[in-house]
Amino acid sequence: MNTRSHYDVVIIGAGMSGLAAGIRLAHFGKKVCIFERHNAVGGLNSFYSIAGRKFDVGLHAMTNFVRPGVKGTPLGKLLRQLRIDRDEFALCEQKQSRIAFGPRGETSLRFTNDFVVFEGEVAAMFPAQADGFRKLVAAVRTFDDVSLEAAPISAREVVRRHISDLLLEDMLFCPLMYYGSATEHDMEFGQFVIMFKALFLEGFARPFEGVRVVLRVLLEKYRAAGGERRMKCGVQKIIAHAGRASAVLLDSGEEITADHVISSIGAPETERLVAASSSELPPAPRTLSFVETISILDRQPAELGWGSDTIIFFNDSSRFDYVRPTAQVDPRSGVICIPNNFDYGVGRVLPEGIFRVTCLANYDRWAILPEADYQADKLRWFTGVLRSARRFLPPLASDDALAAATLTTDMFTPRTITKFTGHFGGAIYGAAVKHRQGRTDLGNLYLCGTDQGFLGIVGAMLSGISMANYHILQKG
Amino acid sequence: MTKDECKQVVLDIIADIAPDEDLSNVKPEVRLRDQLQLDSMDFLDIVMELRKRHGIEVPEKEYQQLASLDSCAEYLTPKFDALAGKN
Repeated sequence: MNTRSHYDVVIIGAGMSGLAAGIRLAHFGKKVCIFERHNAVGGLNSFYSIAGRKFDVGLHAMTNFVRPGVKGTPLGKLLRQLRIDRDEFALCEQKQSRIAFGPRGETSLRFTNDFVVFEGEVAAMFPAQADGFRKLVAAVRTFDDVSLEAAPISAREVVRRHISDLLLEDMLFCPLMYYGSATEHDMEFGQFVIMFKALFLEGFARPFEGVRVVLRVLLEKYRAAGGERRMKCGVQKIIAHAGRASAVLLDSGEEITADHVISSIGAPETERLVAASSSELPPAPRTLSFVETISILDRQPAELGWGSDTIIFFNDSSRFDYVRPTAQVDPRSGVICIPNNFDYGVGRVLPEGIFRVTCLANYDRWAILPEADYQADKLRWFTGVLRSARRFLPPLASDDALAAATLTTDMFTPRTITKFTGHFGGAIYGAAVKHRQGRTDLGNLYLCGTDQGFLGIVGAMLSGISMANYHILQKG
Repeated sequence: MTKDECKQVVLDIIADIAPDEDLSNVKPEVRLRDQLQLDSMDFLDIVMELRKRHGIEVPEKEYQQLASLDSCAEYLTPKFDALAGKN
């Protein structure tokens, strides 16, 4: 018997994009196997358990939410392509979110899943900009954001053609950058459009049980379509021969041959597998990374007076600096997420309160720390991040009310991200350079996921779908 | 296979790939794209489901033959008959 396995397609990584690619390929009869180094699926959007309590990572909210009957948007495409009935995700809509700027969030723009609310807020807060904002929205609506060939242009440049107030400009960029930008200061306009639609024109929703519902649906579709999956089974090398990937070498030493290889692990990370220089890392790019604090509360956040906001994007400074901080963390700006504040239906509430805060962080500053210092700095920053975020929420009855309500906490740092996902530099949104067509130096090795460049959770899944269609299924 | 049966095959496929579309009043002579919200990803799926379910190959340069239900029937019925004849 031949001990070597052969697949039509090998997929590296069981995150959202790898699973979506796998479902497409398996559905159309390809022999597919997904190899995942970790023992859990989901990659950057996953969950873990500590003492029986499940914590979501990644997903604050599913972006791109549209109500049933709205067609031609990414969510609809995704559901059709993966043969998912929208009831399977059972998405519950956000209540409201805000962009809060100023030392105490003095300037605030509310938005919901009804775009007119946001338009109204912009017009009320920035009357002189209302007309320009409408023109910007028109430009966003007509831009072809799914083209795999569009030439890159600066989003700041395009936005400034319509918006002259720097505060409004920064307030528009803040949520879009925090939810998907791998580049500092500016975004590529195509990415701006994808994110603007995903957050403002479409909206936020969440399954009651969070990210694991989405993962469960994907896994079930993949299994039903006949896809194979090997967990705790990393790929250590992609073996190249005559300009093609001929096989992958697993951590176990086993060699698997394949006609096509799709890698969801990132462009530089994939390059390293091809080069397989086990010591040499590519030069560290200025990767953007994040910390996130998670507080589990013994009551609903509404009981603390925090019942209305689902997500808050905040910034306390005169300009919004979306850059890799020089310090370990930049607490001046960030994102607050209160998963309890989705509309789960009458009388349906999450069993515990959850309060999450995300801020920009510097991978290198965390990576070099000895373990004891690492733990101490985590603790120190946990307090700092919470103190910063609380300025943008309604004041509590007493200063220690949050601490008194807290059952347990956790925190992830750039170091955690690299440890569990293998992404260099604690990257969440991949490298600054995107490879829209997913091509690599090897003819049958393709990228999907963050470095292909469709953003957000829906974007991640569409990335896997598009690359499977474009490179493999369309070619018969 | 009759042309009506062939149209039903195509409708069954569309019902699976786009369950959110109302297919009760599809006009056979009108382009599918003009009466249903189907994009290029959906048309690719129609082609691939034809291959998966019925072993029918539609080369890329002939995709436009699938524009309407009538043109589908004209184009696909002989292909179905040829396959049936082989068996």
